[in-house]
Amino acid sequence: MCTLSRQRKGSIHELVQMILRERFCHQRLPEKPVGMESQHKHLLELLRRTAVHGESNSVLIVGPRGSGKTMLLNCVLRELLEVKDVNKNVLPVHLNGLLQTDDRIALKEITRQLNLENVVGDKVFVSVKESSSRPVLFILDEFDLFAHHKNQTLLYNLLDVSQSAQAPVAVIGLTCRLDVLELLEKRVKSRFSHRQIHLLSSLSFIQYLDNVRSQLSLPQDFPDTKFYDEWNDSIKTLCEDQSVVDVLQRHYNSSKDFRSLHLLLMLALSRVSASKPAIKPTDLLEASRVCMVDSKANILHGLSILELCLIIAMKHLNDIYEGEPFNFQMVHNEFKKFLQRKSHSIHNFDKPVVMKAFEHLQQLELIKSMDSSTAKIQKEYQLMKLLLDHSQIMEALQKYPQCPTDVKQWAMSAFG
Amino acid sequence: MVRYFTRLRVRRIYKWGGRPYIFDRKLKSYGFEYLNMSVEGQEAVTTVTPGQYILIEGNDDEYPFVAKLLKFFGDESHKQKKALVQWFLRLSEVPQNKKLLLGRSPHPQEIFYYLGRACDNEINAESILGTVHVQHVPEDTPFPEPGTKDTLYVKLSWDTKAFNVLDPVLMQDTPASTPPKPALPLFPPCASPTATPVSRGPVRRALPTPDPTVMRRAGSVSDTRATMSAGKRSTLEAESIHSASKLSASKILSAKRRGSAADTPGVRKKLQLSIGASPGKKMTRADVLCELLDEEMESEKVISLKLSSSVSHSLQHGCSLSPMRSVCKTPNGQRRFPWKLSSISLDRLSPTALGEQDFSRATTPSRRKESAMAIREPALGVLAEEDSEDSPMQPIALTPRSKRKSAQLVSLRIRKQLNLLDNTQELISDGDDDCFVPSKKDLQSSSDEEKTVSEEETRGRNCKTSVRTPHKTPSKKALQSSTDEEKSEEETVVRKTRGRNGKTSARTPCKTPSKKVTPSTPRHATPSIPSRTVPARQPGNILDEARARLHVSSVPESLPCREQEFQDIYNFVESKVMDGTGGCMYISGVPGTGKTATIHEVIRCLQHASDMDEIPTFRFIEINGMKMTDPHQAYVQILQKLTDQKVTADHAAALLEKRFSNPAPKKETTVLLVDELDLLWTRKQNVMYNLFDWPTRRHARLVVLTIANTMDLPERIMINRVASRLGLTRMSFQPYSFKQLQQIITSRLNKVKAFEEDALQLVSRKVAALSGDARRCLDICRRATEICEHSASHPSSTGLVRMSHVMEALDEMFSSSYITAIGCASLQEQLFLRAVIAEFRRLGLEEATFQQVFVQHRALSRVEGLQPISVSEGLAVCQRLGACRLLLLEASRLDMLQRVRLNVSQDDVLYALKAVRD
Repeated sequence: MCTLSRQRKGSIHELVQMILRERFCHQRLPEKPVGMESQHKHLLELLRRTAVHGESNSVLIVGPRGSGKTMLLNCVLRELLEVKDVNKNVLPVHLNGLLQTDDRIALKEITRQLNLENVVGDKVFVSVKESSSRPVLFILDEFDLFAHHKNQTLLYNLLDVSQSAQAPVAVIGLTCRLDVLELLEKRVKSRFSHRQIHLLSSLSFIQYLDNVRSQLSLPQDFPDTKFYDEWNDSIKTLCEDQSVVDVLQRHYNSSKDFRSLHLLLMLALSRVSASKPAIKPTDLLEASRVCMVDSKANILHGLSILELCLIIAMKHLNDIYEGEPFNFQMVHNEFKKFLQRKSHSIHNFDKPVVMKAFEHLQQLELIKSMDSSTAKIQKEYQLMKLLLDHSQIMEALQKYPQCPTDVKQWAMSAFG
Repeated sequence: MVRYFTRLRVRRIYKWGGRPYIFDRKLKSYGFEYLNMSVEGQEAVTTVTPGQYILIEGNDDEYPFVAKLLKFFGDESHKQKKALVQWFLRLSEVPQNKKLLLGRSPHPQEIFYYLGRACDNEINAESILGTVHVQHVPEDTPFPEPGTKDTLYVKLSWDTKAFNVLDPVLMQDTPASTPPKPALPLFPPCASPTATPVSRGPVRRALPTPDPTVMRRAGSVSDTRATMSAGKRSTLEAESIHSASKLSASKILSAKRRGSAADTPGVRKKLQLSIGASPGKKMTRADVLCELLDEEMESEKVISLKLSSSVSHSLQHGCSLSPMRSVCKTPNGQRRFPWKLSSISLDRLSPTALGEQDFSRATTPSRRKESAMAIREPALGVLAEEDSEDSPMQPIALTPRSKRKSAQLVSLRIRKQLNLLDNTQELISDGDDDCFVPSKKDLQSSSDEEKTVSEEETRGRNCKTSVRTPHKTPSKKALQSSTDEEKSEEETVVRKTRGRNGKTSARTPCKTPSKKVTPSTPRHATPSIPSRTVPARQPGNILDEARARLHVSSVPESLPCREQEFQDIYNFVESKVMDGTGGCMYISGVPGTGKTATIHEVIRCLQHASDMDEIPTFRFIEINGMKMTDPHQAYVQILQKLTDQKVTADHAAALLEKRFSNPAPKKETTVLLVDELDLLWTRKQNVMYNLFDWPTRRHARLVVLTIANTMDLPERIMINRVASRLGLTRMSFQPYSFKQLQQIITSRLNKVKAFEEDALQLVSRKVAALSGDARRCLDICRRATEICEHSASHPSSTGLVRMSHVMEALDEMFSSSYITAIGCASLQEQLFLRAVIAEFRRLGLEEATFQQVFVQHRALSRVEGLQPISVSEGLAVCQRLGACRLLLLEASRLDMLQRVRLNVSQDDVLYALKAVRD
């Protein structure tokens, strides 16, 4: 009986995880895009006119990364395809500036998606010219990258079709660049309708919190109503917890987009199991700590004492010379001075060993060579710069396990 | 296989043949009966007689012009050789924009009867290249299977405006061409213009490689008939002799039976017609044919009942072909008599020179056979079989009823040629049947007739098993396969096939026309996007209609505000077209000022004028520098639009060079529009050079209109020799003023009352102040109608687009999104922007590294009472701002050392941030 109920619970948790994971990993489109109703209406109306009336249009959807451009478009497309006479009537063509890096590849892709495979290249546009043909929706993801193609031929042709009495097309560009129109050549620009849909979220923190709650809540049609109530109650209390609110406020301050929020919630969700049937505030705090952690400081934790000493020597050099680049010889001298004067716990290392440690730091990209031509200068004299902030070094030293005290003191002291 | 003399690049020699008859006393011009042409250094001579279809030297070796020769004439000195022709057009000669009128993909061998008046039908006789076989295909029958490269097919006529069904009368009747019959009967029937088809397929085959022996013999006969075609003809005859000598008794018997079966009034009638087919006949030939066929049907029905055997299948061919052909066959048939039954033919006809020649030749049949065989190209080995197969029927000529015999011979001849030509001809002849047989009753009877034919044929073949190959005996299987194949064909053909049953099977299965006569070649076909299943909905209300009218793609009724430019371009092009000269024009203007639209309008008007016959016809070709991958593709595209050829860029350049530098008898002016000229720039500028050089050629008749954005393009990017050729005919399209923009919108709306006057003025003023781009103006108006529609739910709205709507649309399109974007950024992002400005102020520079900015950022967050963020987070914030292009960043591999710059002015950032705080 007991095992049975645990099993059942386990399956329930799997179900919860599945439902929420689909949400957080963007595998399923939300029922309705949040906070972009007007944009949704505008885009839907525009595409509907293309599909139903055969009116050619061009539009740009502009918004920062993670603001939901693709989500909006997919929602609109879903809604559009639900309309009966549109369903069989439109041909969407998806292109991505990161995949179709030049016009030839893009044309091939268009050909493929339109099933015109018996054509060669430049004839695609000939075939687009029949006005009785089905409306084609060209969806250009990373639109700004298409503007870097030679002569912007593809954009010119697509927009030209959209501006002439040929086949009805809709050119939909998705980009995060606000200055995308400045990239277009003047004749391409003239052919673009200058219709831009901006997705700039002006979400307040209260809405943000609401959103978190709704994102974590289970849907109405959840099979187990008892668990459904329990879970949703626990989520409600979670969102009222002060520490959780603080964490979320921090995240909200950092970025308003949902993608980073989903990352946070995903980490918290993964701690839910049969024995732990709800998300606790500590889970969220831990998840937030993982999200906010400084990656460089983490790398510093894994360094050897020698490497750490070299980093400290570099920090002192930076302090002395006000951020001027240094070379290995300088670092080595600084390190030797430290050994002679203050060190009690650190042995004297041979120069090649120190060199090796220095090279390891370079490989970790904690230091970066300033010269472009590395071959000509001897390794010892290559100019380097430290890619670490003081705070990062100090933080790492605090957390470094069993760090010798003299090393710590050396790091704290001004000018070695 | 060398097809035409022109390929050989040799001099051709042209000589008048026959005696001149006075054609026009006043002009002192003489008409001539035929023209002999020969190639220098070769003895081969080709005779061209009026009525034949000829090839005329054009600007394309591959596709010379085709025409039907009407008559020859020359002046007293006989130096000047001229000919009157009836032109035929290849599809490539039809203007590009009219090609769609055809409504189907053309057959590669298809030509069109030209009914226009723009082309001079008087040509220099010395531009004739040779003869060609043209066959009329009725409208609703399919084209024969391709393969007979030397035959061209006429289905439709072209009158510069539309394709029409070609009246078969036009193809047969050439009353104008018939020269006044000279009293001297040199060889009366042949002199008539209908002698052409004699030299059809076989002649063309014989043309390139005439057998020397035959040719010499032919040449030795002083008569002008001794041409290559005659040579070929004699070889055919020789074959028949050859095989005739091997005749078995049974063959003679069957032939006799066939001969008697052919004894029908219809045949006689036909013969009479053919003999008496003089210009005096008032009846049109089609009428005659109908009458004739009717008679024939009746008689044949009777005969087929009476006799178990029936008419030779040659009869069927006889009626299946156009009467003209059967008529013109006749004389040849008669000419054969002399050596077969000289006594009879002699009393019927005055012995012709040809007859004597044939007769004399008949003495050495075996040798001639050899030579005849030598003439054939190996690829046509089937031919030999066909000929010898048919030849046993020749003895029917031995029966004294010469009329019938001649008819027999005619049909025999036809059949032979049909066999010689591709088997696809069979289909054609069927088609002809359908076309010429006037009523359904006749159709039925014709199938009856065919049935009997097949019976007869089968019997005949069974007798001649030695000649026939076994697979030709009608087997169920063969029948099955052939009918199966044909099922896919049109209904009429299927019906035919059934009627024909035995006959088709009697043909070799391999000869059964393959049904893949799809004229469209899939390789070059442009695939189309599937057409929409649901028709586009019509606009519902006024705003919808206004929006449709305001779309840039909708073609306005007129182009307001470009009247002056329109007139200038119109005059320029019109004068060039009228004079038949060439020229260049350069048109510049910023985007959206109506350059291309104006030119299209000009061309539309000119096109209309040429349709009205006010100006000569011309061709309009458009290329766009943006729509090609490489400047050299321009040649390819021009050539493709001119002639439908698809070749490489180099070859295209050479062909165009040739086309534009050589004179051609019927050349239309070509108007070439080169859009986005600046993209045709190459380092050597040879593309531009050629484009501007061709119009200066004397025979080019090319008008080049070029469009680009910059006014000083010729000075800026063109080297001197190119700029000089472009000339100084320039025109600049100024950006539209607000009044013009307003006028444009008003004219587009055309009484659809959707905008308030003030709203329109606001849009036009705003756009005119910014760019003067009409496209922009239209887009804004369109957006305003949308906004209006959305807000239409307000009770106060009048349904008109008001100022507020236009303002909103303008804001959407012109307002910078940076300030909004900064306003919507997260707190840390805003803080970072402030840190950037603070660091810039500190440094006094407009650039700082991330490290420096981050120090500021940290300090600022302390001031704001925020928890300081880690470096990784700070970098993420910086990258986000960089992705939006609020900041300009160096490559991110530089990490903390990457330099940061603002992409917005500091004031804007401060303004936006201040707005957020308040």
